[in-house]
Amino acid sequence: MTAFIQDLVEKNHYQHTHLLHILRAVQAHYHYIPKDAIEQIARLLAISRTQIMGVIEFYSFFHLSPRGHYEILISDSITDHLLGKHELAAYLEEKLNVKLGEVRADGLVSLDNTSCTGLCDQGPAGLVNGYALSRLDKAKVDQITDLINQQTPLEGWPQALFQVDDNLIRSDLLLSAPIPAGAALQSAFNRGLKETLNELDISGLRGRGGAGFKTATKWKFCSEELNDEHIVVCNADEGEPGTFKDRVLLNSYAHQVFEGMTLCAALIGAQQGFLYLRGEYLHLYDKLEAILAERRQAGLLGQNIVNADFNFDIEICLGAGAYICGEESALIESLEGKMGIPRNRPPYPVTHGYLGKPTVVNNVETFLAAASIAVNGGNWFANIGTDKSKGTKILSICGDCAQPGIYEYPFGTDIQTILDDCGASDVLGVQIGGPSGTFISNKEFSRLLAFEDLATGGSFIVFNQQRNILDVVNNFTHFFAHESCGFCTPCRVGTSLLKNQLDKIVDGHGSAGDVVALEELCQIVKKQSHCGLGQTAANPILTTLERYPELYQAQLKKISYEPGFDLDGALETARRLAKRDDAGAHLAQVEE
Amino acid sequence: MSKTITIDGQVIPFEEGQTIMEAATEAGVYIPHLCHHPEYTPHGSCKLCNVNVNGRTCSACTFPAMEGQQILNDAKDINEERKKITQMLFVEGNHFCPSCEKTGNCQLQAVAYHLNMLDDHFPLFYPHREMDASHAKVLIDHNRCIFCTLCVRASQQKDGKDVFAISGRGINKHLIINAESGLLKDSELEATDQAAHICPTGAILIKHTAYQVPIGERIYDHTQIDQVSLNSENLQHDN
Repeated sequence: MTAFIQDLVEKNHYQHTHLLHILRAVQAHYHYIPKDAIEQIARLLAISRTQIMGVIEFYSFFHLSPRGHYEILISDSITDHLLGKHELAAYLEEKLNVKLGEVRADGLVSLDNTSCTGLCDQGPAGLVNGYALSRLDKAKVDQITDLINQQTPLEGWPQALFQVDDNLIRSDLLLSAPIPAGAALQSAFNRGLKETLNELDISGLRGRGGAGFKTATKWKFCSEELNDEHIVVCNADEGEPGTFKDRVLLNSYAHQVFEGMTLCAALIGAQQGFLYLRGEYLHLYDKLEAILAERRQAGLLGQNIVNADFNFDIEICLGAGAYICGEESALIESLEGKMGIPRNRPPYPVTHGYLGKPTVVNNVETFLAAASIAVNGGNWFANIGTDKSKGTKILSICGDCAQPGIYEYPFGTDIQTILDDCGASDVLGVQIGGPSGTFISNKEFSRLLAFEDLATGGSFIVFNQQRNILDVVNNFTHFFAHESCGFCTPCRVGTSLLKNQLDKIVDGHGSAGDVVALEELCQIVKKQSHCGLGQTAANPILTTLERYPELYQAQLKKISYEPGFDLDGALETARRLAKRDDAGAHLAQVEE
Repeated sequence: MSKTITIDGQVIPFEEGQTIMEAATEAGVYIPHLCHHPEYTPHGSCKLCNVNVNGRTCSACTFPAMEGQQILNDAKDINEERKKITQMLFVEGNHFCPSCEKTGNCQLQAVAYHLNMLDDHFPLFYPHREMDASHAKVLIDHNRCIFCTLCVRASQQKDGKDVFAISGRGINKHLIINAESGLLKDSELEATDQAAHICPTGAILIKHTAYQVPIGERIYDHTQIDQVSLNSENLQHDN
C-alpha cells in the first residue's frame, strides 16, 4: 500500500487541493480508505489527519470501513421511485443476497441508496463502483448478479448496462445551432474583449443554476478585481433531484461549454479554470479529458490561444457525493480539497474565491449560452424570452410523461405547453426547480417559465393523479436532511427535525398541533439557515401545505396529543428483565 | 465624523472592518451568541446572533458593519427564534443540566435562561455518543458538544496546535481528536491549553476541578449572560 499511496500523491504533485482526487483513487482501489492510508497521505501532503478524516466522513462516496469489491448504489430519487425503485431494490437484495446498507459476508458486493444520479429520464438508475447503470430491471439485475458472482471485472461487463442516452427532444436557440469549436473566441478577439462583454450585457443572460445573477455583471466585477490570478469555475455538480441537462450538455456540447469557460477567462483575465464534475458523472470523465486534449491540440487551450497571446487551461475535478457542493462557495471549498461547507459572505467568490483569488463560478448552461452569444451577439439572445428573463432555458423533464428528456424553451413559455409537448396527461402537479423549488398544482399550468414567475435550474418533474403528494414531500424532506452539511444549527438540526416531524404525520401518528408545529419549524429553517440548502429545505412542505392542507389534516389522529416516542416500546427492557408480559406490563400510547 | 449603524433605534459608531457584533459589543449592546468569541476568527455557525439587517437575516458575528444599516436585534420575534435555535441545540445532544458539572458556568444554559427557554419544545434525539476520559487531566463528553468549533480555533490560533476538528455531515457531525488512536490522551492537548478551557458547554472539562466553585457561586448563578459577556469581552478588548 505504501508504494501505491506514494505514487498516487506524487502524481497529484503533493497538492493538498487534490485531496479528493487522491481519496477517490484510494477508495476505488481498496473499496475504503484504510487508516494507514490516512496517516501516509497526511504526512505526504503535510496536512492533519483530521482534515482527511473530515473529508472522508463528509462525502458519501468515501468510507472508513470496507464496501464490496462491487459497490452498488441505487438512486433513491423520487423519479426512481416512480419507476419502481422499491421493487427493484428488494429484488437486488434478494438476488445479491445482501441488505441495503450492508456488505455481503464474502465482501464481494455491497448495496446502498444514493441521492439522485442524474439519470431520471432513464431510471431506475444506479452506480457500480461509481459508473452509471441505467434502466435497471429484473433481467439486468439477473445479469449483474451473474457478473458479480463470476467476479467479472467491470471492463468486461456488457456496454448495454452502461448505456446513457441524451434523450434530446426539443432544441431551440442554443441546442439547435451549436457553434464550431473556436468560433466564440475568434469572434471575441475580432470584436474586442470589452465589446464582447458588452454584448453579453445586452443579451441579458442570467445564471442558469437557478439564482439568476446577471452573468455580464458577475464577470465584470471579477475582472475589476486587482489580482495576479483570476479563476474560472464551471459548476457541473448537478445534484438537484430531477436535473440532468448538464449531463447531456457535457456529453454532446462539451466543446461549447469549454469554449464558454475560455471566453470568460479571456474577459476576466484568468489563466486557470476548473470543471467541477459531480462524482455521479464519472462516466463522462474520459470523454471530457479527451475533448480538453483535442482543444489543446487545436490551440483553443493552453499557451497563446487563437494566437491572441492568451493562456488558459482547464482541469477537471470530480466530486464525491455531496449535493451541497452545488452551492458555489461550498464547491470552492471542495475544489480546495476540503469539506463542502458554504462560506460566510461577504466576501463573495468574485473577490475571494478559489484559494482567495477572484473567481467566477457559473453553471454549465451559462457558459454554453455565453459562447453562443459571443458569436451571435447580444440581441440575438435578448430578442427571445421575457423582459426579465432573456433567451431560452434548458429543462430536464422527467416523471409521469411519455417522453422524458431534454427540452429547450424560450423563457415565458407556459407550463401547459410544456406538459403537452412531453406527453403528460392526467397531471396532478409539477415540481419545478427540484425539491428546493416549487410544487405547482394542476390549477396553475398557465404560469410561466421565467425568473419572475417559476424559476428553475432545469428540474421539471411531472406527477400524475395516481401519485401521493405526501410520498413526494417525504422523499424530498429526507433528501435535505441527508444532504445538510451540518454547519449551522437551524439546518443541521432543523432538517432532521423536519424529517422526523413529517414522518410522524405521514405515518399516522400526528395529532392536532403537529401540522402547526411543522409549519413553524419550516419557517425557522427557511429564515435562519446559513445557505440556500437550508433556506429551501422546507419548500416541499411549505408549497404543498399551502396547496393541499387537507392532505396533511387527513393524516392526523383525532386526539389532542401523541407522545413523540413509543411508550410501550420503552418498557420492553423492563418486561424482559422482570420476565413479564401480562396486560399490566403494557402501556397504551394514548389513553382510550 | 465616524460611520454609524443603528441597532434597535440606538445609533452606534463603528470602524471600517468591524463586524456588527464587534461594533455592538463595544457600544454595550449584547447580541446573543455561542460560537463567537472575540479573540478568534468568527465562525457564524450557531446562528444565535442572527439579526435583521435592512430586512435581511444576517449573522452579526460575521457580517460587516456598513454605514446606515438599520438593525433589529432585541426584538420579540427574533428572540423567539433564537430560543428555538437554542432548543435545537439542546435536543440534538444530551444535555442534563442538573447532573452536569458545568451547570452555572455553562454558556448554553445561560443563553437558554436569558432567552427564557423553559422546555425543550422539540422531540429529543437522544443520540448515542461516547465519552473520552483517556486524558489524565481533561475529559470530553461528546453528549454536550454543540459543534461551535471554539476548541478547534483555540487550539490552532492560540495554542499553536491542531488538536480538534469537526468531522461528518449533517446531524452526524462530531468532534474528532488529532491522534492516530483518536483518543485525547494521545493528542498534544495539555490542561493549560486555551482549547481545554474555551468550551461554552460541558463538553470539554478539566478533571478534578468539578465542584471547587460550589453551585450558587458560579458565573451565571447571579448575573445574566448579557452582562457577563459585555463585561468580559470589553475587558479583553481593552487589554
